[in-house]
Amino acid sequence: MSRVVVVGAGPAGMAAARAAAQAGTDVLLIDSGARLGGQYHRQDTRAGTERFTLPARVEHLAESVVWALEPVAGGHRVHVRTGPADGPGRSGRSIDTPALVLATGAFDRALPFPGWDLPGVFTAGAAQALAKGQGVRVGERVLLAGTGPFLLPVARSLLDVGAEVAGVLEAGDPVTGWLARPGGGLSAGIGKLGELAGYASVLARQRVPYRRRTTVIEAHGTDRVESVTTARLRPDWTVVPGSARRVEVDAVCVGFGFTPQLELAVAARCALADGFVTVDAAQATSVPGVFAAGELTGIGGAELSAAEGEIAGASAARLLGAHPAPPVRALRKARRGRRFAAALDAAYPVRDGWRTWLREDTLVCRCEEVTYGELRGAAREREVCGGRALKLVTRAGLGPCQGRVCGRAVAELTGIPDAAATFARRPIAAPIRLGELAEEPTL
Amino acid sequence: MKVRIDGEETTALEGQTVAGVLLGRGLTSWRTTRGSGRPRGVFCGIGVCFDCLVVVNGVADVRACQRLVRDGDDIRVQHGAELPS
Amino acid sequence: MVSPDVVVAGAGMIGAACAEALSAAGLEVTVLDRGAIAAGTTAAGEGNVLVSDKAPGPELELARVSRRRWPELLAALREELGPALAEAEWEAKGGLVVATTPDAAASLSRFAAAQRAVGIRADEIAPADAAALEPHLTRKVTAAVHYPEDAQLQPVLAATTLLAAVRARGGEVRAGTEVLGVTRDSAGRVSGVRTDRGTIACRAVVNACGPWAGSFAARVGAPINVLPRRGMILVTGPLPPGTVRRKVYDADYVGAVASGEADLQTSTVVESTRAGTVLIGSSRERVGFDDTVRIDVLRELARKAVALFPVLADVPVMRAYGGFRPYAPDHLPVIGADPRLPGLWHATGHEGAGIGLAAATGRLLADLFTGAVPEVDPEPFRVDRAAVIDGEAAA
Repeated sequence: MSRVVVVGAGPAGMAAARAAAQAGTDVLLIDSGARLGGQYHRQDTRAGTERFTLPARVEHLAESVVWALEPVAGGHRVHVRTGPADGPGRSGRSIDTPALVLATGAFDRALPFPGWDLPGVFTAGAAQALAKGQGVRVGERVLLAGTGPFLLPVARSLLDVGAEVAGVLEAGDPVTGWLARPGGGLSAGIGKLGELAGYASVLARQRVPYRRRTTVIEAHGTDRVESVTTARLRPDWTVVPGSARRVEVDAVCVGFGFTPQLELAVAARCALADGFVTVDAAQATSVPGVFAAGELTGIGGAELSAAEGEIAGASAARLLGAHPAPPVRALRKARRGRRFAAALDAAYPVRDGWRTWLREDTLVCRCEEVTYGELRGAAREREVCGGRALKLVTRAGLGPCQGRVCGRAVAELTGIPDAAATFARRPIAAPIRLGELAEEPTL
Repeated sequence: MKVRIDGEETTALEGQTVAGVLLGRGLTSWRTTRGSGRPRGVFCGIGVCFDCLVVVNGVADVRACQRLVRDGDDIRVQHGAELPS
Repeated sequence: MVSPDVVVAGAGMIGAACAEALSAAGLEVTVLDRGAIAAGTTAAGEGNVLVSDKAPGPELELARVSRRRWPELLAALREELGPALAEAEWEAKGGLVVATTPDAAASLSRFAAAQRAVGIRADEIAPADAAALEPHLTRKVTAAVHYPEDAQLQPVLAATTLLAAVRARGGEVRAGTEVLGVTRDSAGRVSGVRTDRGTIACRAVVNACGPWAGSFAARVGAPINVLPRRGMILVTGPLPPGTVRRKVYDADYVGAVASGEADLQTSTVVESTRAGTVLIGSSRERVGFDDTVRIDVLRELARKAVALFPVLADVPVMRAYGGFRPYAPDHLPVIGADPRLPGLWHATGHEGAGIGLAAATGRLLADLFTGAVPEVDPEPFRVDRAAVIDGEAAA
């Protein structure tokens, strides 16, 4: 029980592991990837070298998934499988820790639209991960659509692997949204803005069109994307009549903000607010012995994540009896970063008008192939008013992804308030083969 | 490394994911859905969506974007739901 | 609003079945639930409609009547509501109970013989025939009994179908409304329910709060001994049709159902759903309303399922969920009027069999309410039996 356990080796998790190790505690850092860095610092796994180094006190458990978390006396038990993804044949370990840091990150939010289930429609994160991690371009001619500044580095990554970027479509209007916002946001995010300006100039040099208040409302093709329909959007994101244009592309990448990977935090019963884990200034969650850092607590980029990770690592080490120096700089950075995150959130809201892009036959739940019409019809006819019954009546969210992709959309489309929280409850946090589950774990 | 893709032998690099190998060969889909038999491939690319499921060494429901190839892997298209063979 | 005749507290399967039967008898019914519709025990069950797991006795009688009543009821509702709203994924798939040791084979054989003696179809078949019925079943089977009457339905669909019928007949279903207590007239009879959204006048209230029926009863001043027993289910990823064809369970299931042991018990129950997933149950723990997922419980379920169906070893587990079964100390349902408080009725305590027993339970309650002659002897389920109302303080 003497080690800090950190789940997730992105910017937040690595910083937490470093801080706890520097405070003199042993750390186990668990991550599903083969390399450190997470989504933000994604490394090319084909290269032979690891870019990051960690203090000797940190044991990095790569290619390892935490598939369950349960409370035990004095802390939590972390159930891990290590080996080739999704098994079978991985080895199992269960680790007890009094100080757990969750840094499980976030994934792209995709909004459903007609044709989004066609091969060739990717999330922006997929394009990024494949470009940086595998040197693969998702298409020859690619369109990016969504909202938020993350679309820019993805465009950059696509250019790096030789794709033609047909355009970056920003559904919102960040000029009026962000820059016009008075107060803290701008100055707080100076570093971030510099980084974004860098991407913008690369896109300008490569003559990549950037369009505001525009998005992809439909993808066309028989067995893969052959073209898409773009349209201008009103401020509420309904389509401006007559603005639809057909664009020939072989891939489209979408990203409308991010959804935190909540299952472990939910399994630990951490309190949530607005869909994120609630933490105090020391990154402590509502559950004693559980800390959270990074995108799990709010979307604010790698710098904020790293600052939060450093604080969380120090807090976890302190819980184990270490006496780390107060992470003063990280605390200051985190405060500033959160102001920037709030400004970002305000500048790139997802507007309800996206619901008008859907047709009756548009899939909402990709796994179980539940259409918008079926979802609304079943919920209405049977007067379903809770998330649990909604899932069982419609089957939305009951497939292999367990509502990770469709949960928020289902909640918004049906107006069932607890649906998102119901969908985030996944005691089996990652898939495990029945035979693996049957094995006695090594403690 | 040598791997087989739907029976055809091909080379792969250490550190490639199954999705990386398949996309690198120009494939965009390698699974059909259970309900309507529609093609699927990578969607989220980071292990969240379970759309890129594939059969590896006779075992179905492996996320191609998460699985690193090993020498000798036998990779097959997944047709709907499949039992281990 | 016109005052209802009856308020049913609890919009789960039992409450829905009682409300449906009462409204079919011409009564005005309002169903209340403090949470969402069909979101408690109903949403956590497999949807068993079984005769196979019950020894001869009153519960088996109720189960037989309910097994016959369910398809009739669903057919009638199909006429009344149309096919979409009456869809409940009813499957008369049959059950297969297998033993894998000589001892278990002997007790299974005795159990089945006793069931046959009271008219249950319990066909002892050779292990080879069991393998023909279930191609993926372990070859270590020592004895097998086929129960063609066992069936399955999807509980949330079924409950929402029944509630739709209540509404179609002019009744009301209100979620998010908690019953705080009852009001009484000068004669001491129930005259209404007090809720967090005001008082509703009525002449009777039905406690169909499942595992929470004990606390409901205490709140209205007539405590009963109904307690929660926790159960967990594992769900595999979608598998090809026919992987598991029937409800297949290990003969040790029978012992677990009737047992009062507090410790963890697991016994293997494996069945597929129409969606392609395979459900693996079931565990029984007396841990109050603690809903912590215990991995050792899941491990035990997995171990036994793989022993029964070796092919499942390499299939993914996608989900695990738990729920609370309501049980009375004598493991019999509690159905009928509460003699201590005129106008108070109970329908609860069905443990893990509530889905299967719901159709007959609703009918029995409605018959007792209207004074009709019930098909099932209500005596064993009466509220004022010692196990249910003795030792009130303890509950």
